Amino acid sequence: MIEYFVQSASSFAGDIDNLFLVITLIIGFWFFLTFGALVYFIIRFRRKDGVKAKYIAGEKHSETKWTHYPHYAVIAMDVVIIAVNILVWVEIKQTLPPRDNLVRVIGQQWTWSFIHAGPDGELDTPDDVATANDLHLKLGETYHFELQSRDVLHNFSVPAFRLRQDAVPGRTISGWFKPTKTGTFDLQCAEMCGYGHGIMGAAVTVHSKESYENTMAQIRKGTYESHYQKRRGTKTGLPSKTSYVEDKDSFATLLASIF
Amino acid sequence: MSQATAAVKKDSQAEHHEELSFLYKYILPVDHKIIGMQYIFTGLIMAIIGGYFSYAFRMQLAFPGEVVPLYGLVGPGEYNMLITNHGTIMIFWVAMPVLIAGFGNYLIPLMIGCDDMVFPRLNRLSYQIFLVSALVLIASFFVTGGGFGGAWTSYPPLSSNAEYSLTDWGASLWILAVALEFVSFLLGGINFITTTMNARAPGMKMMDIPIAVWFIVIAVILFMASVGPLIAGAVMLFMDQRLGTSFFLPSGGGDPLLWQHLFWFFGHPEVYVVLLPTMGIVADVITVFSRKKLFGYRTVLYTAFATGGLSFVVWAHHQFIAGIDPRVANVFVVTTVLISIPLAEMMFSYIATLYGGSIELKTPMLWALGFLAAFLIGGVTGIYLGASALDIYFHDSYFVLAHFHYTFFPITIIGMFAALTFWFPKMFGRMMNETLGKIHFWGTFIPFNCIFLPLFFLGLAGQNRRVYNFQLYPDLATQDLQNIRIFATLSLVVMLIFQLVFIYNFFVSMFKGEKAPNNPWNANTLEWSIPSPPPHGNFKTLPTVYRGAYEYSVPGRELDYWPQNEAPK
Repeated sequence: MIEYFVQSASSFAGDIDNLFLVITLIIGFWFFLTFGALVYFIIRFRRKDGVKAKYIAGEKHSETKWTHYPHYAVIAMDVVIIAVNILVWVEIKQTLPPRDNLVRVIGQQWTWSFIHAGPDGELDTPDDVATANDLHLKLGETYHFELQSRDVLHNFSVPAFRLRQDAVPGRTISGWFKPTKTGTFDLQCAEMCGYGHGIMGAAVTVHSKESYENTMAQIRKGTYESHYQKRRGTKTGLPSKTSYVEDKDSFATLLASIF
Repeated sequence: MSQATAAVKKDSQAEHHEELSFLYKYILPVDHKIIGMQYIFTGLIMAIIGGYFSYAFRMQLAFPGEVVPLYGLVGPGEYNMLITNHGTIMIFWVAMPVLIAGFGNYLIPLMIGCDDMVFPRLNRLSYQIFLVSALVLIASFFVTGGGFGGAWTSYPPLSSNAEYSLTDWGASLWILAVALEFVSFLLGGINFITTTMNARAPGMKMMDIPIAVWFIVIAVILFMASVGPLIAGAVMLFMDQRLGTSFFLPSGGGDPLLWQHLFWFFGHPEVYVVLLPTMGIVADVITVFSRKKLFGYRTVLYTAFATGGLSFVVWAHHQFIAGIDPRVANVFVVTTVLISIPLAEMMFSYIATLYGGSIELKTPMLWALGFLAAFLIGGVTGIYLGASALDIYFHDSYFVLAHFHYTFFPITIIGMFAALTFWFPKMFGRMMNETLGKIHFWGTFIPFNCIFLPLFFLGLAGQNRRVYNFQLYPDLATQDLQNIRIFATLSLVVMLIFQLVFIYNFFVSMFKGEKAPNNPWNANTLEWSIPSPPPHGNFKTLPTVYRGAYEYSVPGRELDYWPQNEAPK
């Protein structure tokens, strides 16, 4: 169901989408059952003159079974949800499949830096390629990422990959993903990181092999035009009024604007 | 246990219920009813500020970069400040004071049949500290650098270092205000527990206590047991900000994740701290307006205990992807999903209470049923987020935002209106206008769903929270998604406009409404056996309790209610 709203571009995106479907079916059933009972009771048991309400304490077995039996069914379905969830979680976060490529992702107020490993597949070697706000990936390769932060918490979030991980200063957090679809996708910072948090985006481009090599060559030569800039155009995200300078004592201006 | 007595000796002023001067009656009261109303009114004023903030930032999201009418331009720093303080105000300065401190103070002595709280002066001090905390928070909006903008969870190092947050004193005043508020509720909480345990009317056994009182007491116990770590964390954060220590700074040997554990160890029980009072209020309202005994009183009570206990071991579900060991997440998935067990049972019992009833849809009943319907959506969508693997996608997205607004809005706003409309006759001795009440209900309930249902779909589309302007993200900048944002924002505006109906109804009814009898709803609990509004000292003679609170439609009785204090023939 999620893929109806956003593209699905990594190998585990389908698993998360399926988990969503499983949970939707289970809770959808309970929701409509409970909601239906609520609405039905409200309509059926509206006050009528001369009709007295029933006196039910809800303590005899013949009464409590109406709440207890559905309740046991809830427990059974909880077990299903937990089991399916743990399978998907272990696959995505607890295992690290063998890598084909490596990238370092560094969050910093309010830019993303990416260090691509280059042809030798290792970081911190001379053939590394560094970019700002532009992540380039090769289709079908299993990537490991090393996630770091230089200042505050950030979050490396690519909705199309169903990928999300906090970056914590002082730590390197590893993870993996495998792009399965070419195209350019949004990366949003997903952890409040201060003034520029809302405009701390980047572009993730998944290339075919040729296109990837071309782009890397362009970046090395310095003739590369940023995908992030191209996609974003001239938008800055700031208010369009040219005279507008954000006032730090903004609440005072606010009050002035009211009175 | 059955022999409940006022075991604690009270000070002399509270003992003599003579007429007091205006100053001592309304400004420096020891009367629990006035203190309760002080909390409620302060909470309502803060709710207006919180609602105004939400209007400003929702307008920015719908019409980015445009001048917001009645506000002005919203810049990125200001946007962060608005969302941060909207959340902080609504949880700490609206939900907590109104539902727990406000109605707790007002209802506990009345419903358990005693003349006042056992520590009236402590009670007054509690409100005064609360008022100071609210003023400190409001002051933080005006200091150089502006109000704090690091989200209501205040994660360091953003919150601990001014060079990251750019709000030097804003951040410090924010944490100071939060800490002061906790001190205030600790004082209030000890009072609630002592009063309920020691000062019940003769004959009121544990299982005769109305659910509303029970749930407020359980909530207070949860609060007091969980808040310690956060106060410690707040002191550490304040020292990091002002004294240059580095409890949360990796460069100085600290750990940012430590704060998250301290915060959420409090933060998750907090959800149930605000949920339970509303659940209790709703239990009382639905039994009165369906003329039914509460289905499974003991079961409902035990499910609340179970929910409270479980809530202490689920906190890390807020941190699945925050850098904790992924193996630990599995444990928290199990505990989190287990919470659905007591809560489902509680929900089923409430709905079963309606079965066979004689339901009258008066305004308070509409709010109570609206709460059940809306909270059902909030509850079931929580299952998605308790599943760690789905949380990878949904964490900090609009799906989370929609989910917790479907829990917090029903709890705080709908629950508050249920309680206000239900006890209004008791509080002010006048009836509210039913027609206006119903207009206000539908004018709030329908727009509420129009605001937050679409946000689930924005979350599914990958839209993250706390983002200032979605036009920068091409996948999210499409006109379809923008139309959803505009629709949600306009619904909010409609909802805010309908609140004027309530304000009008509230104040006009307070002075000009039809005079309320002692027991306008034919309810059983003790507060309805005395005049509206109750005099200082509440009961002329302390009542004796003969039965539980929910003996409605008892077979063989002519009346369909049976007050707790009516002596058996």
